[in-house]
Amino acid sequence: MPSRDDKPFVFDTEHRLVVLTGAKARSLPELRRMLEHAPKSSIFFHTHQEYLVRDFRKRVYYNDFALWVSEALREEALAEKLAAIDLLAFTTIRELQLAILESIDGYTRTTVTQRCRPEDAFHFCRSRSFVLPTGLVAHDVPEFFAKLPQISHASLYFHFFEARLRLGRRTSDFSRWLRGRERTDLADAIDALNPYVRTLGDLKRDIILIGQGAGNQS
Amino acid sequence: MVGPEVVDELTQLAERVGHRRLVHVNSTAVGGGVAELLTRLVPLLQELGIDTSWEIIKGDRAFFAVTKALHNALHGATEEITQKMFDVYRETIDVNLRDLGPMDDFVVIHDPQPAGLVARKAQSGGHWLWRCHLDVSTPNPRAWAFLKPYIEQYDGSIFSTAEFSQALGVPQFLIPPSIDPLSDKNRELTVDDTRTVLEKHGIDPKRPILTQVSRFDRLKDPLGVMEAYRLVRRRYDCQLVLAGGGAADDPEGAQVLAEVREAAGNNPDIHILSLPPFSDLEINALVRGSTIVMQKSLKEGFGLTVTEALWKRRPVIGSAVGGIKQQVINGVTGFLVHSPEGAANRAIELLSDESLRHTIGDNGHQHVRENFLTTRHLRDYLLLMLAMDHRESDITMLTGSR
Repeated sequence: MPSRDDKPFVFDTEHRLVVLTGAKARSLPELRRMLEHAPKSSIFFHTHQEYLVRDFRKRVYYNDFALWVSEALREEALAEKLAAIDLLAFTTIRELQLAILESIDGYTRTTVTQRCRPEDAFHFCRSRSFVLPTGLVAHDVPEFFAKLPQISHASLYFHFFEARLRLGRRTSDFSRWLRGRERTDLADAIDALNPYVRTLGDLKRDIILIGQGAGNQS
Repeated sequence: MVGPEVVDELTQLAERVGHRRLVHVNSTAVGGGVAELLTRLVPLLQELGIDTSWEIIKGDRAFFAVTKALHNALHGATEEITQKMFDVYRETIDVNLRDLGPMDDFVVIHDPQPAGLVARKAQSGGHWLWRCHLDVSTPNPRAWAFLKPYIEQYDGSIFSTAEFSQALGVPQFLIPPSIDPLSDKNRELTVDDTRTVLEKHGIDPKRPILTQVSRFDRLKDPLGVMEAYRLVRRRYDCQLVLAGGGAADDPEGAQVLAEVREAAGNNPDIHILSLPPFSDLEINALVRGSTIVMQKSLKEGFGLTVTEALWKRRPVIGSAVGGIKQQVINGVTGFLVHSPEGAANRAIELLSDESLRHTIGDNGHQHVRENFLTTRHLRDYLLLMLAMDHRESDITMLTGSR
């Protein structure tokens, strides 16, 4: 039996600066070649950045690769395949990268695709992230759920998306901490939330509801 | 306007940067987007505890004629770039290097005009960054080949959109420009204030007004705007305002203004307004009083005039070039066009649908609020300074808690 972890939960937040890699693709073969050698932070950036954008628009696709394949190459079937890649199914970026490559390979085996116009090229970016404390700390489970309404979208994004995949923690910081507190029920409930089909606002609300439903017993 | 949490974040980031010195260097104090950005950013960075200053290089008419040709060529325009021009550039940079005082912890050099100052880097130390405000997506190869060796001596470069990134041997960062919503150019005005400015210039507030605000520069395509206006005028009794000023580092402005005036002829509904520096309130009123704002640039580094119009909830018709594409989301915050005919069609559509104008105007305001206000720009500069200090990995933990 793992021993109970009494460490408090420290809510951090993340600030991002976008780095341009200078690599650009105008065709699927070019995209594939660059994807194969792209840094992990670039794969993460192009599959996740739209989830952080607090925007008034509803996106056609939240995956940059899918969006580009749709808008610049007009290859809707591939765009749909790329958008359908289940990000929750992966616990490492490398696995996600391979899944994207596999989708492209499968498509190009049977379909001849065109080059896009220079102005529509795909530009590979990555993010340079800085993680800072928010000043919010929870010493027990009730306090954890009580503090949640105060955290920003950037903080939620860091603990949920970045921690799980980019930092290789395989699960959200929230559920990891709750397991350490022997609240596997709450951790499992949070892990069952799909963050990719919710806005960050909805995700926060649903996590808070899990806490309220459980009676916040520590 | 942005809430205390944003201010707290900026303060926290500034504390991490520490009490450091930052100097911005460009080529003009007045006119154009760079001077305008620095006017707002420098005091705000100072308020955050970053010891920030702003220097301007000196140059004569010959130097600015060369840098204007380089500017046009880097935008992809056909320009004859000669060896003699490179010599004039180097001589002026050498003069400026002699006069240059000690440089700071962070040095941000804006655009090609002062780019050669990087020769001082080895002696002065510090982090040197080249900030490009131009659309260098398809530069004239000779002009780019001249500039690139300078850029590659910097510690990093900054571009306004991903489209402008190049194969460079130095890190490239994406930092879009911004506007200050509290500045005279952007703050709320009363209906009376707006009407007074329109009437002062003989513009009828009761009839639709199409406006383009920009320097008189061929890359802003003022003649294309006029062509679009003439097509719209066949259907709608409307007016055109072309308003702008000059910049000290733009020697072509007077000639382009004369060409525009000639093309307008004696049409009483075309208002060509050459405004003096510090006409911010007047420009604010002209945009607020407009029915539609156009930015029909042939090339555009970013287009702060677009940002300003979006902030004021004006529907924008912009060319699908450069930084305009980041701001005008086609059909959502405005319309992207590729020709005078396209601009005219969209203007007619907007003039005939008040509800569409309101929806698009509201979306544009929201888009700017989320992405292009000064606070975001300040945060990016602070992060950039941290990125220069922490180059070891993609994620830097400044928490001390994990």
